Amino acid sequence: MTDTSKFRPKTVYATYIASTPEKVWQALTGPDFTRQYFAGFAVDVEPRNGGAFRLLYPDGRVHIAGRVLDWSPPRRFSCTWVVEGVAEFGELPECIVTYEIEQAGEAVKLTMTESHSWAIPDAILAGGQSGWPAILSSLKSVLETGRPLSIRMEPPPGFMEAVKEAVRTKPWLSEGSR
Amino acid sequence: MNEKADGKPKFVYVTYIAAPPETVWQALTDPDISEKYWFGYRVAAGGRAGDRMTAIGPEGQKAHDDPILESDPPRRLSYAWKPLYKDMPDERPSRVTFELKPFKGQTRLTIIHDEFDEGSKIFEMIGNGWPAVLSSMKSFLETGQGLAPSWDSDAAKRAAGARA
Repeated sequence: MTDTSKFRPKTVYATYIASTPEKVWQALTGPDFTRQYFAGFAVDVEPRNGGAFRLLYPDGRVHIAGRVLDWSPPRRFSCTWVVEGVAEFGELPECIVTYEIEQAGEAVKLTMTESHSWAIPDAILAGGQSGWPAILSSLKSVLETGRPLSIRMEPPPGFMEAVKEAVRTKPWLSEGSR
Repeated sequence: MNEKADGKPKFVYVTYIAAPPETVWQALTDPDISEKYWFGYRVAAGGRAGDRMTAIGPEGQKAHDDPILESDPPRRLSYAWKPLYKDMPDERPSRVTFELKPFKGQTRLTIIHDEFDEGSKIFEMIGNGWPAVLSSMKSFLETGQGLAPSWDSDAAKRAAGARA
């Protein structure tokens, strides 16, 4: 099992959406929604704590795999993430992605928190920091207008190099730091 | 996202909006438009560097009267940031910068808020404020309807009641 006490929040992104907590929950956990806003990936999740969580390529291959840590509709959805679909990610440690959904006036506040258990380099964090705003902006558009955004998704400069370097040197094996 | 590079607080937030940069620029600078999504605030920032950015609150209170530092429409806008409404901490002005980048008729909008006074209390407050303002702006430009302020607790109760 994942020892969540070792994880620290590294990237946080909040957006306010003219919707209901139930619809935001559906958008996060329903494959018909995620295909529209999440770079074409279909979410596939067993709706219970400890259940399997996956993000699938359009052809069904696994991109991200993990476990559900908290399934509390429509307030909190947390799971571990391991990149399985990209060979270069090798044994890079899992991270935790947590979505929190709150009523905020007439709107809904959605907060995404990406947490890590090791001293992950900024150049790797930059991948999520460029991806999440695009993904969650598009989610907001899908819920409010029915139309996703058209966004080019590509890793920021230096990202893949930093991943390969980390996979080669495995700093998480030797550190007490985070 | 909050960053503390070199121990200096810096707030960075990115949103993608289905509108061209010219439209986003207008929303950032024209008080008749800001009033509709910026929770009633009339923000006028259409001048050139050296001119003033002014903001008037929904009850007519003066909220800002700050110098525009850079204006390169529709790409980059920067102004000083010293809130004037009451109950705000008295701090030296910080700096707000907007960067607009086009992509397929849409805009990638980045806000960078930095240059805070030492031990700034305002830095702690803006972390919730900007995502709310820019989320509302995105809603307004894409749907014609801004968001209601999240601090309107009556609205929250109505929304909760409507779902019950």
